[in-house]
Amino acid sequence: MTSELDIFVGNTTLIDEEVYRLWLDGYSVSDAVALRVRAGILEQTGATAAVLQSDTMDHYRTFHMLERLLHAPPKLLHQLVFQIPPSRQALLIERYYAFDEAFVREVLGKKLSKGTKKDLDDISAKTGITLKSCRRQFDNFKRVFKVVEEMRGSLADNIQQHFLFSDRLARDYAAIVFFANNRFETAKKKLQYLSFGDFAFCAELMIQNWTLGAVGEAPSKPDSQVDDMDMDLDKEFLQDLKELKVLVADKDLLDLHKSLVCTALRGKLGVFSEMEANFKNLSRGLVNVAAKLTHNKDVRDLFVDLVEKVHLGPQFVEPCRSDHWPLGDVRLFLNQYSVTVHSLDGFRHQALWDRYMDTLRGCLLRLYHD
Amino acid sequence: MPGKLKVKIVAGRHLPVMDRASDLTDAFVEVKFGNTTFKTDVYLKSLNPQWNSEWFKFEVDDEDLQDEPLQITVLDHDTYSANDAIGKVYIDIDPLLYSEAATVISGWFPIYDTIHGIRGEINVVVKVDLFNDLNRFRQSSCGVKFFCTTSIPKCYRAVIIHGFVEELVVNEDPEYQWIDRIRTPRASNEARQRLISLMSGELQRKIGLKVLEMRGNAVVGYLQCFDLEGESGLVVRAIGTACTLDKLSSPAAFLPACNSPSKEMKESPLAHPPSHGCRSTHNSPIHTATGSRLTQNFSVSVPTLIYTGMGSGSAGKEGGPFKALLRQQTQSALEQREFPFFTLTAFPPGFLVHVGGVVSARSVKLLDRIHNPDEPETRDAWWAEIRQEIKSHAKALGCHAVVGYSESTSICEEVCILSASGTAAVLNPRFLQDGTVEGCLEQRIEENLPAGCGFCHIPYDELNMPFPAHLTYCYNCRKQKVPDVLFTTIDLPTDATVVGKGCLIQARLCRLKKKAQAEANATAISNLLPFMEYEVHTQLMNKLKLKGMNALFGLRIQITVGENMLMGLASATAVYLAALPMPGGIQIAGKTPSDGSYEQHISHMQKKISDTIAKNKELYEINPPEISEEIIGSPIPEPKQRSRLLRSQSESSDEVTELDLSHGKKDAFVLEIDDTDAMEDVHSLLTDVPPPSGFYSCNTEIMPGINNWTSEIQMFTSVRVIRLSSLNLTNQALNKNFNDLCENLLKSLYFKLRSMIPCCLCHVNFTVSLPEDELIQVTVTAVAITFDKNQALQTTKTHIEKSLQRASTDNEELLQFPLELCSDSLPSHPFPPAKEHLESARSNSGIPAAQRDRCSSWIELIKLKAQTIRRGSIKTTVTVEKASPMGEGNFRNRSAPPCANSTVGVVKMTPLSFIPGAKITKYLGIINMFFIRETTSLREEGGVSGFLHAFIAEVFAMVRAHVAALGGNAVVSYIMKQCVFMENPNKNQAQCLINVSGDAVIFVRESELEVISTQQPTANCQQSCAGGEVTT
Repeated sequence: MTSELDIFVGNTTLIDEEVYRLWLDGYSVSDAVALRVRAGILEQTGATAAVLQSDTMDHYRTFHMLERLLHAPPKLLHQLVFQIPPSRQALLIERYYAFDEAFVREVLGKKLSKGTKKDLDDISAKTGITLKSCRRQFDNFKRVFKVVEEMRGSLADNIQQHFLFSDRLARDYAAIVFFANNRFETAKKKLQYLSFGDFAFCAELMIQNWTLGAVGEAPSKPDSQVDDMDMDLDKEFLQDLKELKVLVADKDLLDLHKSLVCTALRGKLGVFSEMEANFKNLSRGLVNVAAKLTHNKDVRDLFVDLVEKVHLGPQFVEPCRSDHWPLGDVRLFLNQYSVTVHSLDGFRHQALWDRYMDTLRGCLLRLYHD
Repeated sequence: MPGKLKVKIVAGRHLPVMDRASDLTDAFVEVKFGNTTFKTDVYLKSLNPQWNSEWFKFEVDDEDLQDEPLQITVLDHDTYSANDAIGKVYIDIDPLLYSEAATVISGWFPIYDTIHGIRGEINVVVKVDLFNDLNRFRQSSCGVKFFCTTSIPKCYRAVIIHGFVEELVVNEDPEYQWIDRIRTPRASNEARQRLISLMSGELQRKIGLKVLEMRGNAVVGYLQCFDLEGESGLVVRAIGTACTLDKLSSPAAFLPACNSPSKEMKESPLAHPPSHGCRSTHNSPIHTATGSRLTQNFSVSVPTLIYTGMGSGSAGKEGGPFKALLRQQTQSALEQREFPFFTLTAFPPGFLVHVGGVVSARSVKLLDRIHNPDEPETRDAWWAEIRQEIKSHAKALGCHAVVGYSESTSICEEVCILSASGTAAVLNPRFLQDGTVEGCLEQRIEENLPAGCGFCHIPYDELNMPFPAHLTYCYNCRKQKVPDVLFTTIDLPTDATVVGKGCLIQARLCRLKKKAQAEANATAISNLLPFMEYEVHTQLMNKLKLKGMNALFGLRIQITVGENMLMGLASATAVYLAALPMPGGIQIAGKTPSDGSYEQHISHMQKKISDTIAKNKELYEINPPEISEEIIGSPIPEPKQRSRLLRSQSESSDEVTELDLSHGKKDAFVLEIDDTDAMEDVHSLLTDVPPPSGFYSCNTEIMPGINNWTSEIQMFTSVRVIRLSSLNLTNQALNKNFNDLCENLLKSLYFKLRSMIPCCLCHVNFTVSLPEDELIQVTVTAVAITFDKNQALQTTKTHIEKSLQRASTDNEELLQFPLELCSDSLPSHPFPPAKEHLESARSNSGIPAAQRDRCSSWIELIKLKAQTIRRGSIKTTVTVEKASPMGEGNFRNRSAPPCANSTVGVVKMTPLSFIPGAKITKYLGIINMFFIRETTSLREEGGVSGFLHAFIAEVFAMVRAHVAALGGNAVVSYIMKQCVFMENPNKNQAQCLINVSGDAVIFVRESELEVISTQQPTANCQQSCAGGEVTT
């Protein structure tokens, strides 16, 4: 006796969250059955292995049919074939587009091209995530990228509108798309301690302040083509950053800056002496990161620079960490460091400085951890 | 010119890409009705075209309106080659033809292609303007309402239940026409779909005509089936119960009772028209083309069994003059009917007086090619024959009517088994057209005596019983006789007193048969049938005993014929009726001379069985209050006690026993293990695993013993096909395979639906078919309903108290009726207002109050009739709308799914006639759809499972879309009548035909209703009345 055909169709499509997870994780039916058995489902329900096999097959078939719709979530909402309650629809979409931390760290900042796709085998081997799941995640990134690539308006909003993600997931995807577009280097060994969340946080700050969309907020020329682009960094802004060099190049300005910061922080900073000794290096590091952003290639190395600053002497994040500055001290210093610039009469690029430093300060504080 | 059909094509969405170059589609739409076709403009390069067409107007006869479906075809325009079809939508416009149903069909319909499935959606608006038609010789029956529901629909009340209507039409199956060899599969499928749609329409119209002739206005329990007879043709047949229904508007207005006075009878001497009265006068396109004939007149009628209680016993003396009188009255009322059959399974209170037992008849027929298309259909004669048999069986049981009646066929090659079954019953004539008033009065009194147990009392004469039965005095009223076991095909009457919970019971059976041709085959089958029936019955009885219960409801026995085997599957819901005696245990008896090990084996088995019975009693909470001590004392009586061998029916005569209540119930049920077969039977008894805790199942509308349903429902269809290993199949192996298949399927269902616990699978409907030599296909449709466990526990705890209280409430009721009868001036009622409404509603529904009322009710009836005749005209529409002060619009606004909104409105589907926690406010019309799906890329579509899964999901989607377009939010009494699946994996092909039906409705959640009711006092009344109905 063999089962030729075995199906179950509900008027409301049954979604088993557990099986959905297994399917998303790329397990074959037999693996999924084995995993479910191991989870003790047979004991809990008194079911037989055959029942479990049939149930798993059925769910897999349903998911397979739903996958086509999940590629364009609004379709899932409007389609008539599967009656699924809205909360379940949201769950299906959210889970389908969810990604593994380990996976996203591997592809973050890489070009979402065929070449990268070929590397998925390696990523799968390295992370222990099934190749199937890697492919799904990669294709998801690429799909979202393609859809929002040419769109105007807020990146996260566009993603949310076209993929019906939750706020959180839409922001994550915005970060992924933003990183893929700007090709930030994230894979270096030095950066391994950083989580996706760290990068996503930075991405959000950069999108808010450093992109074309950020300036476009002022509705000066609403019909212009470049206006409202959240994906690309504002080239003009990056060029202008060269002007900040004066802060370290001008000896008087640097000294004045140092003395103002030191006066303000004396007694308030636990690591005051270290700060005072290193001020010039620190300031040079911060300003030189800005100056480097003029070159496309260097933009990609932004995070590497922030963490190690290879060419320009002592790095910023690392020294602090090695000396174990408390986070509170770092915050105090950075706040004071950027605010004090307003008191420097000889410095004329206050707005530019704020646009740069507000974001950078946020990023640095986020990246400053073990 | 009786009608104008108006169609507007609004837009399309999610269309498939038809032009690979542009990845877009140039779509346009053809709208066809009858022979007229309109086209929209081509909407260039879009997958979401906005046609926004003008109104396409078709001026048509209402006859065509009933027969023809509206056919909408979406095509891709191609300048250089032929236009490619994207898909079609068939819309049945019948719901627009009666005034109380939908007024417009508007919404998104899936565009369906028989090869590719659903390909996008189209937004269509359809309206019908009907003109007054005074032509009395018309062939249409617009205005007759159809319901699949097998009870009186919730927002109506039955004025008169006229009785049985049936009709069938035949045609050649396009699949077997010569042209099929040269046309594409798509064209062939579409021809078939269209033809069946046309035939259904015609059939419905003809049934409608019969109803009008009977002076009815509705068909309830409408069941339409297709027989795919292959070469010999296609039969579409339908049965139903003609009724005169009255919309429950406001119970506050005390309408005069609308029962029919005796004068009425004289006015319409044609109480039951000749069954084929209208056939000759009509010439539809189908008829000219067809007709079919039985070959060689070969037919075998199978001796049929009458199921009721089994067991030995003697007669008591209390015959009861009431009974005789009652019999006389009903007899006269029903005797003039050709077939006093009712397809209903649930009845208005008081309608069902006594139940005799299940009657069934089968007949094996040989199909043949159509030789003479002009010859009148022989199928009619076949069915008439069977119905006659059923009628005589019912008579033998002392009953004049058959309720819960249904018909079915099983076809394999040229052999066809026709089956009919129902429950013999005695009915209260007051709902029937020709009941007399005087009779009703007495009737009413008589009927009050056995409250909650009356239907169990035997209708036949105890001294002259049609079969050996063991009678005892009713355990409830102790006044009338009851059998020890009761089998029925109906739902459990709402007023029946049940102990504990019920459960689903199945008897499963396979019998191998030699492959044979024609007559030899038919003879072989008919020789096997009686044995199968007998064994199925034995199994049912054994399983019933094993559950410790004493009655079966909703019994449905399906016999399926295949090339080399016969399958029997019986499903029923077992319950413990308080009125019936406590069932004895099962006693196993071995061969007389036996060695020690054998004895041991027997006693081991005996112990297992006894344990199972005890466990089941606990599981289903069967602890009848009065005799509970005795159960604990001896679950199985001593072997010495009087017993009856199940396997010999003749034995009963020598076991004359006086009727003694205390002894009668100890009767044991003996299973004799004399051969391997019997051994196997006993084993199979024990293999049935009870559902996991928190689960209950039944095949009736609701589960006896559970009444606190919560609102979550999940309807589903599950299909399984197994391939038998062809090597030396034995009956035993076959039985085991089949048994495992059914059990595993149930287990899978329990597992899948575990998140709904505590819940009950209701209306579990199994269908078996044998598509090929070694294939067995089982299709199950059911609904899982959640219930409140806490409340359930409470009810079980207070159960005993309740059943004790029962007697006192019964007495109260008893007092109420005379009061009701003599109080012509209703305001003198000493009841709170809500109850008063309830009572008055009841009295409306048939108590012939007084002479004064007779007059007014007669006028009412004439009015009603006038309406029926005029129905379909615009004028009536208005008057009927006015007649209901409930403010339909009010409800509609609230409940109509937000179609304009982007999200798809939820449409519930259920095989039940109600939706838990909600009230049905409007019936929008019948849904009856037939689809064919075919593929030539089976592997690519995920194999047979993938193919069928997708197809069934699509069928559900199309049903939902049609309901939503009618403005509804649910389908009740949904049934998948056919699911014919054929595959050819070698050719990578498969084909499937599905036929579904149900009633589209609008429902309102009871919680929402309360909100409305506070705003609207009339609605309040309505609701309290509804609440009353449920509790009665």
